[in-house]
Amino acid sequence: MQILKSIWRWFDDITGVPSWLILLAKHPVPHARKSAWFYVLGSATLFVFILQIVTGIALASGYVPSAGEAYHSLAFINSTRFGSIVRGIHAFGASAMVILIGIHAIRVYLFGAYKYPRQMGWLTGVALLFLTLGMAFTGQLLRWDQTGFWTVVIAAYQAGRTPLIGNWLGHFILAGDTAGGATLSRFFALHVFFIPAFIFFFVGFHLYLVVRNGISEPPKAGRPVEPKTYRKWYQDLLHRDGVPFWPDAAWRDMVFGFLVIAVIVVLAVVVGPPALGKPPDPSIIEASPRPDWYFLWYYALLTLIPRWSESYVIILGPLLLVVVLILLPLVVYKGERSPFKRPWAFGVVAFIVFMIAYFGLVGHVAPWSPRMNAPPLPASVVGVKSGPIADGAKVFHDKGCEYCHKISGYGGIRGPDLTYAGDRMTPEQMETRIYSGAPNMPSYNGNITQQQLSDLLAFLSSRRRRPAIPLPVSSSSQ
Amino acid sequence: MNSDLIEAAEATPCDTSRRRFLSRLTMALGSLAGVIVAIPCVGFLLGLRKVPSDWRTVGKLDDYQIGSTVKVAFLDPSPLPWAGVTSRTAAWLRRNSETEFIAFSVDCTHLGCPVRWLPQANLFMCPCHGGVYYSNGTVAAGPPPRPLPRYPVRIQGDLVQILTSPVPITT
Repeated sequence: MQILKSIWRWFDDITGVPSWLILLAKHPVPHARKSAWFYVLGSATLFVFILQIVTGIALASGYVPSAGEAYHSLAFINSTRFGSIVRGIHAFGASAMVILIGIHAIRVYLFGAYKYPRQMGWLTGVALLFLTLGMAFTGQLLRWDQTGFWTVVIAAYQAGRTPLIGNWLGHFILAGDTAGGATLSRFFALHVFFIPAFIFFFVGFHLYLVVRNGISEPPKAGRPVEPKTYRKWYQDLLHRDGVPFWPDAAWRDMVFGFLVIAVIVVLAVVVGPPALGKPPDPSIIEASPRPDWYFLWYYALLTLIPRWSESYVIILGPLLLVVVLILLPLVVYKGERSPFKRPWAFGVVAFIVFMIAYFGLVGHVAPWSPRMNAPPLPASVVGVKSGPIADGAKVFHDKGCEYCHKISGYGGIRGPDLTYAGDRMTPEQMETRIYSGAPNMPSYNGNITQQQLSDLLAFLSSRRRRPAIPLPVSSSSQ
Repeated sequence: MNSDLIEAAEATPCDTSRRRFLSRLTMALGSLAGVIVAIPCVGFLLGLRKVPSDWRTVGKLDDYQIGSTVKVAFLDPSPLPWAGVTSRTAAWLRRNSETEFIAFSVDCTHLGCPVRWLPQANLFMCPCHGGVYYSNGTVAAGPPPRPLPRYPVRIQGDLVQILTSPVPITT
């Protein structure tokens, strides 16, 4: 024991690290009382980041970052007992990190903790938020199955909307003229070297700032931040009411962090890693690329905005978000911190959470996507097995109508539900629509025979609610 | 913590100008080292592989019926040895007459998703956002801003060939 102590003292003498660590552990933090559990989100994000490093290194030891081999190497990792769990942890860890950093940012925003003197804490946090999203995006891509491959192509097309340099930028993302051999290596380097290097830097800076400026005290309505007097006031607060970080605050970080990691590992074991799709062969056309959940809302948003605004939103939307997040602590750096004195802060958070949840859900349903695997309508729906109506039902499927229009639960939801089309439109109105098309419907003029058309009209006109007593005037009123 | 205890000796005017020179020299050399390393690294990253176009045989003339549109797969313009299946690419090939072929890019002009040909409906449809194109590649419905791009096709003897092209990113 005596020997250990003297080694410790010797090491401290020549490095100073032990004293520094003790100083760090014992540094006073405000006594957060009822708000204490709000302060565990940042550390939990850090714990999950460490989890991602550990599992990422484990995966990198088996992954082959080559466009031709990556898919097979992932299938191999999946086929091993622990490899599949490690992949699961890494995937759920990615989701957890996006969620935690998001909630952490919301907490800091609601508590007004970005105000003086912690503006740089917010700004480094914003950098970490975008770097985390960058990791999520490149990570999904490294799965390098069919969706991973098309994600690069879609990213290149989105970048292509940038004015002037769009074409160049798009091909820069592809790492050449086409998506192929050079593409994956570049994203691998981004995911394991480039972005993590920046994350390390910003995490270090972020933590240094937390210690230097002190963790923010829980806000109180009617106690605004006054930059001239804040530091002295904060020091007095610590003297009066501070508690040592270790263990008074750290234990909560550990309890919450442990729970998060335990949930991730359990999910990885029980649910398993995300399934690998088809191989990344660009000549397999049957692909329906979808982003992972964290970008689904953005994907949905891009789809639902007016078409003319697309190019602007793709480029200016994210740019505007960055500018707003950067300006926030620089413009609003003093005054009330309590969210109860900043009620619009609740509004902003509610709006963001609603947007992500709502558009995420919409993106999941993807009502704009034609259901290209819709089966032909069964006889039970059509009602007859032969004759014009049955032939019309076949035309409805063969001509692709069913991919976008639902009838009795079958088909897509891109266009109006036609289950009761016969109640709403006359055959003449239907014919006009079929011939002329609409912004989201092709015109079938010249693309449908007279026979097919009359069968289709017979079928569609037969789509009615079946009233007990047929109404004499049913459709002409519309 | 201890740094404030370490103090250099009082500087003479001669020291001051010498130190100004030395600090400028140090910063200049450091920057120069950075630049000469950065140029090749950034150059490598930004240097896009421009590859020459190449005619690829996709099939025999007799394989294609007049009026039909079929998928053809071929090697992309830069089939790197380690690219595996990603070096493959595809096009929709339509035979209009004895001598006239059209090759359409499979990438939707909206966001690049692969469009599918519906032979009975005589339409191309994109699974991502419901972009629809007529059989001649013009936009029939949905968000695509432009018709499907075309690749050059030629007939060499009894072979049909397509000229490889970069991914036609919509700008």
